Amino acid sequence: MRSGIDTSELTPPRPRPTPTTRPYWDALREHRLVVQRCGACSAWVHYPRSRCTSCGRAELQFEPVDAGGLIHSFTVARQPTAVHFRDSVPQVIAVIELSIGVHLTTTLLTDDPSTVTVGAAVEPVFVDGDDGITMLHHRLAEPPA
Amino acid sequence: MSFDGTAVIAGYAEHAAQRPFTGTPRFGLEQWSELAALALEDAGIEWSQVDGLACSGDIQESKHFMPAAIAEYCGWSVNFAERTDLGGASSVGMVWRAALAIEAGLCDVVVCAITGRPLPEPPEPPTSIDDRFFFGASSNSWGSPQAEFDIPYGNVGQNCGFALYARRYHELYGWDERARAKLAADQRISALANPAAIFHDTPTSIDEILASRMISDPLRMLEIVMPVSGGGAVVVTRADRARRHRPVAITGFGEHLTHKTPTYAPDLTVTPVAAAAAKAFALSGRTPGEMDMAQIYDCYTITTLLSIEDSGFCAKGQGMAFVNDHDLSYRGDFPVNTHGGQLGFGQPGSAGGMTQVVEAVRQIQGRAGERQLANHDLAYVTGTGGVMSEQSALVLEGRG
Repeated sequence: MRSGIDTSELTPPRPRPTPTTRPYWDALREHRLVVQRCGACSAWVHYPRSRCTSCGRAELQFEPVDAGGLIHSFTVARQPTAVHFRDSVPQVIAVIELSIGVHLTTTLLTDDPSTVTVGAAVEPVFVDGDDGITMLHHRLAEPPA
Repeated sequence: MSFDGTAVIAGYAEHAAQRPFTGTPRFGLEQWSELAALALEDAGIEWSQVDGLACSGDIQESKHFMPAAIAEYCGWSVNFAERTDLGGASSVGMVWRAALAIEAGLCDVVVCAITGRPLPEPPEPPTSIDDRFFFGASSNSWGSPQAEFDIPYGNVGQNCGFALYARRYHELYGWDERARAKLAADQRISALANPAAIFHDTPTSIDEILASRMISDPLRMLEIVMPVSGGGAVVVTRADRARRHRPVAITGFGEHLTHKTPTYAPDLTVTPVAAAAAKAFALSGRTPGEMDMAQIYDCYTITTLLSIEDSGFCAKGQGMAFVNDHDLSYRGDFPVNTHGGQLGFGQPGSAGGMTQVVEAVRQIQGRAGERQLANHDLAYVTGTGGVMSEQSALVLEGRG
């Protein structure tokens, strides 16, 4: 690391909503997940955009969806991916597939990264921040009784 | 459209890898013009004949309008000016753009160069820190999708993204981690025969690679490139201007991009190079089996493994068996990255991809010294930028 730059105060960056993405974050604040769906071609789109990734039309509407899913892939960062995450390692960074087929980035909250497997079911953990932002994380789902 | 070799690579320049750099730091424009001069001298082409240039994003003291800054600094009047913003795919990308411009008759001599040495320390400390310092290729600017949906989760930079590819791949096709390590070990044998490589004097083994520190599961330290100083350049010109060395014709190329962050990749196991390679081989009329060598971008072991499969050298999922069944060193039956790869040579920033282009030219021209291949007419070259985000492919053929 280059000398003369103080990184000791840096913490994980927080999302800063835009006019387009605001409904997504507003829903998370209520512990609900919404994903955009195209009014013209019915395709699901994530992250929130101004136009559909399938047909290009500007007819996307937010719809409530199940925030749980399956682990598509993951890694355990043993070394922080940026200095901001130095207190977060080992950090389980994962790609989740929702039942609607959409992929999203998450971190898995677990005390034992060795129990995480591709294909495992995960459930949402809504983490409310002091800055008005609620982050959607996940944890391994309890096996059905 | 087909390409019969009107456009060729006539010469090259390359700075040896160093860590730490022991020379005098020079500005980006100074480094770029030095590489241009060395490559033109190698090609036997006069400075004043240059009428095209291709650069990447590496001139730090003049971040915008970069081609104009270079043309002015070098004193050139150019009919083709390109800044290729494809990260590690930029070198391959600039070579085929230059070839197209020459085929179209826009220009006759194009210098393609990327610098990779440290800059002079500024007289006063910087007043702000560029986001790139912390987040690399990920953008943390307001409105950037990564800033909102990926960086806050730690999905930053390259290690974690390539690890996501690796885990998904192994889950579907088997957990042979020794194959990944063998890829790096075989390339190291070639690095030992390359005096310019950072690991020229450092043998390694599959076991040592597998015992190295885990960085981002399942990728380990010795599967990840070492940053070094360096830089490289090639001169792309018309075949009749290439008189000093064997002309290296650019007969096929392709490029493919679908995403920036792996989370949004259409498929985490079929990489963009599949489409790029199919186009490159179709344009050239060649097949993967005809290639005498493959110089495949290798920021990580998994990059090369997936590229071998997706370029068509073996079937999907057979890459691990393919690596185990072949000797990938310069002495072997399927030479991959005969300069040691970036894993063995070192990665001089975005100039890393140029090491693969330069090595293909060096081999085809018969100038590779101890590691010269006996059969050296046909080369396949790839570049990879971002996190398997942008990939480009070339087919190069020696003439005469």
